[in-house]
Amino acid sequence: MNLTLKIWRQPDASSAGAMHTYQLSDVSPDMSFLEMLDVLNEQLNEKGEDPVAFDHDCREGICGSCGLMINGDAHGPEVTTTCQLHMRSFSDGETITIEPWRSDAFPVIKDLVVDRSAFDRIVQQGGYISVNTGSAPEAHSVPVPREDALRAFNVATCIGCGACVAACPNGSASLFMGAKITHLGELPQGQPERDSRVVNMVAQHDHEGFGGCTNIGACTAACPKEIPLDVISQLNKDLRTAIRHGH
Amino acid sequence: MDMPDTVSAAEASASGFLDGDYDDAAGYYTPGTPLVDTKAPEGPIAERWQNRKFEARLVNPSNRRKLSIIIVGTGLAGASAAATLGEAGYNVKSFCYQDSPRRAHSIAAQGGINAAKNYKEDGDSVHRLFYDTVKGGDYRSRESNVYRLAEVSTNIIDQCVAQGVPFAREYGGLLDNRSFGGVQVSRTFYARGQTGQQLLIGAYQALERQVSAGTVTTYTRHEMMELITVDGKARGIIARDMVTGAVETHLADVVVLASGGYGNVFYLSTNAMGCNVTAAWRAHRKGAYMANPCYTQIHPTCIPVSGSHQSKLTLMSESLRNDGRIWVPKNQADCDKDPREIPEEDRDYYLERIYPSFGNLVPRDIASRAAKNVCDEGRGVGPEVDGVRRGVYLDFSAAIERLGKKGITEKYDNLFDMYERITGENPFEVPMRIYPAVHYVMGGLWVDYDLQSTIPGLFVTGEANFSDHGANRLGASALMQGLADGYFVLPHTIRDYLADGPFEEITEDHPAVVEARESVKGRIDHFLSVNGTRSVDSYHRELGNIMWEYCGMERTETGLKKAIDLIRSLKDDFYRNVKVLGSAETLNQSLEKAGRVADFFELGELMCIDALNRRESCGGHFRGESQTEDGEALRHDDEYAYVAAWEWAGEDSIPVLHKEDLVYTAIEMKQRSYK
Repeated sequence: MNLTLKIWRQPDASSAGAMHTYQLSDVSPDMSFLEMLDVLNEQLNEKGEDPVAFDHDCREGICGSCGLMINGDAHGPEVTTTCQLHMRSFSDGETITIEPWRSDAFPVIKDLVVDRSAFDRIVQQGGYISVNTGSAPEAHSVPVPREDALRAFNVATCIGCGACVAACPNGSASLFMGAKITHLGELPQGQPERDSRVVNMVAQHDHEGFGGCTNIGACTAACPKEIPLDVISQLNKDLRTAIRHGH
Repeated sequence: MDMPDTVSAAEASASGFLDGDYDDAAGYYTPGTPLVDTKAPEGPIAERWQNRKFEARLVNPSNRRKLSIIIVGTGLAGASAAATLGEAGYNVKSFCYQDSPRRAHSIAAQGGINAAKNYKEDGDSVHRLFYDTVKGGDYRSRESNVYRLAEVSTNIIDQCVAQGVPFAREYGGLLDNRSFGGVQVSRTFYARGQTGQQLLIGAYQALERQVSAGTVTTYTRHEMMELITVDGKARGIIARDMVTGAVETHLADVVVLASGGYGNVFYLSTNAMGCNVTAAWRAHRKGAYMANPCYTQIHPTCIPVSGSHQSKLTLMSESLRNDGRIWVPKNQADCDKDPREIPEEDRDYYLERIYPSFGNLVPRDIASRAAKNVCDEGRGVGPEVDGVRRGVYLDFSAAIERLGKKGITEKYDNLFDMYERITGENPFEVPMRIYPAVHYVMGGLWVDYDLQSTIPGLFVTGEANFSDHGANRLGASALMQGLADGYFVLPHTIRDYLADGPFEEITEDHPAVVEARESVKGRIDHFLSVNGTRSVDSYHRELGNIMWEYCGMERTETGLKKAIDLIRSLKDDFYRNVKVLGSAETLNQSLEKAGRVADFFELGELMCIDALNRRESCGGHFRGESQTEDGEALRHDDEYAYVAAWEWAGEDSIPVLHKEDLVYTAIEMKQRSYK
């Protein structure tokens, strides 16, 4: 395959960026999208041009490091992570536009690399169950109905990649937050801190500059782990309940 | 650095060092004094850990805040330790190279985590988990450590459930277990195929809770570049801020390395792209011994390489071998044919043929080696990469007939999807292709019973240490070890060391600190100034090929010696001809890789020397010179029942070998047989 790549290049956080065009030939359809960028980078290195910086690590769709806007879609045309996207999803002669995540709350560090530390700070505000090591009761002392455990698992699969934010016209992280609220809220162990968790996480979310949710659903469409939109309903319900409880 | 602790050849001979007929690595190493004190407590094995916990001194809660701990790595072993030590009130700094602690590669573990809960009442116990782990490691692990691992395994499950880890449950609401990796009891807890992810998120959340509480400070996108030792003790690290390029000095009273394994020395592996040996290797160069570096686990069921662009390999759960049949064509001429058109009589179900009683379920190393052998014979399938087809069929057609498409989907759904996404082939229609890949390393920095390395004040946890898996690791035991070390072992043993505090104040202008910082800057400047012609990746790929060919599944004396020569000359060329663009003051991914690959060269050489010395086949390590008449692995307990702990002796010197004899009091050594 021969491709035309239009890639956002930005030397650092404080400099202005711009789209640059590169031609790449002999791309195998069996390459992953990131391997295609590896090949480009080898060629740039050869020519003495600075390689394109992008985040990536496990390359098996689970660590959440990678994430690119590809032709305007977070993680590109398939329901998967960028690292699991393969070039067979594109056609010979195509022009591919590659940008970093688009969101004010995720400032660009360099080229396609953004700063997602806001997610960690949201988790710090209650995205956990407070249990010190060694103080846990015997695991079987609290049975969990299988349905609840399944729902908790299905939303706990969030990899924190940020595609939901990048896809959202409001730049909201409600899907990310809703997934955590639902995961811990479905389990008996998560009940004692349920109210404070949602209140504090939402406050941090807003403080970080993420936008509000207007139920567009672009987040869930872009989510490589297919986190359902109803976690946001759960988030709102939990928030209302917490406020009613006086939080 | 101090002179290495060596003995003369005569002393070595007298102490039994040169027993046996072979010393394949002669000329590549210097014999050293034996490692005698492992700090493993005496007494009945079941009481040792309780005794050690009691004897380990306590630190007054009001003093803990004044004691500082650096933890490098935020995988299961690092995040759990940081959270727990933060909860205890110590002043913790946690480092990771990723943009968030949640991304460490523990997250990719699929299968599950073992624990001796015996919820199935099927005869499991702490002793049986201990027994299976020692046996699985082919009697090359330290029994006291393994027993402790089995003992604390049950606490891990309690802890994780309390944190909200969504393990699979039965209809009654209790936890489900499955049998894993060929063991006969069901002791594996799991969260679908994403157990590692769920456990890591649990540990990450516990860590972030401590960040919020102010006990832990996280340093993301920071890479440890050097260990600081003062008066022989670990007192901090030099780290590079990967965004600004700043070379930072971080001082502490104690340093913990939880920096993972070094499988990426093979270039292609199932490790994440960033996994590296630098933290461990820098510590090794400062005096921490590296133990059994050649012990590598190679996993038989990975998706094969599709071309020379391949950057990493993806593992698929071994459970696939429960229903899939492995074969290659009998005739080379059939290798590029559509497998569905190859008649039954022209297929070689080689595992079923060679191992009739275990068939496709032979242990990982046997399955892996057999696959490599048939491909080297020219009977591999799939695309030809560099002149060889590296793949064998894993065929589900019989199982699909037996269980129906629905039955298979229920059992293996996400694996079939994953395979199709990567290869573009539907395994319901065309047999899967698989090939072995490097997955885990059992070798690592030598630690005593307290998980302390040979540098006082430097502790090592998880895959980065060598301690629990011997020459091979059981399935679902890596997660167990990472969390055991971080949650339940290290927090107890480290306090005995910290009880000596407060420690002497060190400042950033201490000569040892300045020296460490300057050496890091010098290395960075060197890589940027070479301005040669080859990329870092091209060197890494070439090194990986050497390691895979000569220090992979099957090793021989000639091959290993050749590999050492090849690595040495490649390393020389690297330092003279590598091309690293950009500057040190920004995010520079080529520069990051250059430092890691430089350390992989030195590690690779030591792995080959270690493999050369160990003229026996054990665990995942097969030496061509040590096999039975049937071509099976042959262990030599009389000569090699020891841990090989290597001491760095300087840039231009050969390493020093210290041996820790392995003595089993609670278990009897046996040879395995799978025929």
